[in-house]
Amino acid sequence: MIFTIAKREITSMFLSPLAWVILAVIQAILGYMFLAQIESFYVLQPQLLQLENTPGVTDIIVAPMFSLAAIILLMIMPLVTMRSLAEEKKNKTINLLFSAPISITQLVLGKFVGLLFFIIILTSLLMLMPLSLLLGTELDMGKLSSIYIAMLLLLGSFAAIGLYLSSLTENQTIAAVSTFGALLMLWIIDWVSDSLGGSQGVISYLSLLKHHQPLLEGVFKSSDVSYYLLIMLLFLGLTIRQLDGDRLQH
Amino acid sequence: METATDSIAHHQPLVQVENLSRLYGDTVAVNQVSFKLNRGEVLGFLGPNGAGKSTTMQMITGSLAATAGQITINGYDLIDEPIQAKSCLGYLPENPPVYRELTVDEYLGYCARLHRIAGNQVKAALDEAKQHCGLQDVSSRLIGNLSKGFQQRVGLAQAIIHQPPVVILDEPTVGLDPIQIREIRSLIKSLGQERSVILSTHILPEVQATCDRVQIIRRGDLIYNASIDELNQRGKGNHLTVAFKQPPGQQALADLSGVKAVNVVDPQRFQIQFEQDDFAQKLVKTSVEKDWRLFELIPDNTSLEEIFVELTTADDVTNKPVEADAT
Repeated sequence: MIFTIAKREITSMFLSPLAWVILAVIQAILGYMFLAQIESFYVLQPQLLQLENTPGVTDIIVAPMFSLAAIILLMIMPLVTMRSLAEEKKNKTINLLFSAPISITQLVLGKFVGLLFFIIILTSLLMLMPLSLLLGTELDMGKLSSIYIAMLLLLGSFAAIGLYLSSLTENQTIAAVSTFGALLMLWIIDWVSDSLGGSQGVISYLSLLKHHQPLLEGVFKSSDVSYYLLIMLLFLGLTIRQLDGDRLQH
Repeated sequence: METATDSIAHHQPLVQVENLSRLYGDTVAVNQVSFKLNRGEVLGFLGPNGAGKSTTMQMITGSLAATAGQITINGYDLIDEPIQAKSCLGYLPENPPVYRELTVDEYLGYCARLHRIAGNQVKAALDEAKQHCGLQDVSSRLIGNLSKGFQQRVGLAQAIIHQPPVVILDEPTVGLDPIQIREIRSLIKSLGQERSVILSTHILPEVQATCDRVQIIRRGDLIYNASIDELNQRGKGNHLTVAFKQPPGQQALADLSGVKAVNVVDPQRFQIQFEQDDFAQKLVKTSVEKDWRLFELIPDNTSLEEIFVELTTADDVTNKPVEADAT
């Protein structure tokens, strides 16, 4: 049942030009970034040779590229998630799902799995660029998979937050703007933490960036992973609650 | 054990609604409505705009939670066993819930799988639903490009694709042309032979043409509930429209025995309200005797409309406003 909904979700996504445009734009921007990174690697190469314990190609090219990808996707993911529930509400197609023999949990998970599919397609396409370096050099596959997992977790959290905010409104623009606001807030929340003494720990724990950076560097901590899993769980739970409540209020 | 519950379910009404209420803030949309729907029955749900028809239907289908009351579908409580209850339902909301970017086949296939039709039976279910609703020729067209009438039919196909025992249709003929309306009505009638149908509408002839039973709802209160035969009986034949080539005059007609009232429609035509059963025969006889030259005699069968107007515009004294202390 979850996969039926997910399949419809992904079909509709790719039937509209939006998904294609998003994939194309991200691929173009990051492709350019990738080339620029390779260029700078050539410049740095002579100096790197003189150092001991030098950072490798993965650190110099791939990690910064995905660090930028995260920021670009922070702006773009709201456009992907905005329609998922808001559009159904606006077109009243949500009634079809409410009157079908499925639970709200299945409905929300179906939507989320649909978004995850899109995320997997997106990150896999991006991954092809660093993988193309295998033609000429060796890559740190452990770091690369850590980066891939980091992107999936990060974008999964973006999607869960976006899904929740999309369930709050019928208006897609409002869903997109509020999702962008929420994501940006969670991104920059630790900027103040340096000047705050005691509560620093809590606030910096909330930051999406704080947990993303170590994973990009290949430091795989379970606390970072569980942070993302908790975010997803929390917002999916809130979405289920919200849709249940919708039937009460309307 | 299983067979026992099955046989109980068989004797129960398919849909049982008890004391169903729904508040929107302080506004009472549906107030303590109770009714039953039996197997093989087409129930017409009538009411003026904003009477609570759609709200009631949304609650029965689980799109809207009830403020109070209980709904049982095919023996399953809608709150305790929502999945089983909903799998007995097909629902066409006021706006057909279609995805404009999908083709008819894609959409109906999705609906079939949502309603747990096994993968190898989807195609057969699709073909049957399309054939029922006359959609074979538009199978591969985008729903967004279809006319309103066809979208409505797609919505209807979606509601019957899993062959549910209960079909709930919210104003199914809105936006259709007269030929399509006739087709949909005959479709509803044929559905009513195997399944139970709840049909909401404010078009009275539709109810007379398709339903076995009528319920009228006004401002959330269920105010009338009768079988269509009863209804036809109730008003049958106490009105006649007659026309004469040599009209005798209003007074002469009013003086005939059994006449309650006479209205002049035009100089030749009168509408007569009478009390006796054999009045029509007597009138013909009298007309021949007195050479009035009767050339038209039509029994008026507007009973449902009268009852509807009478009930829905009745004095509001009985309909007290909601008391504020309800909160």
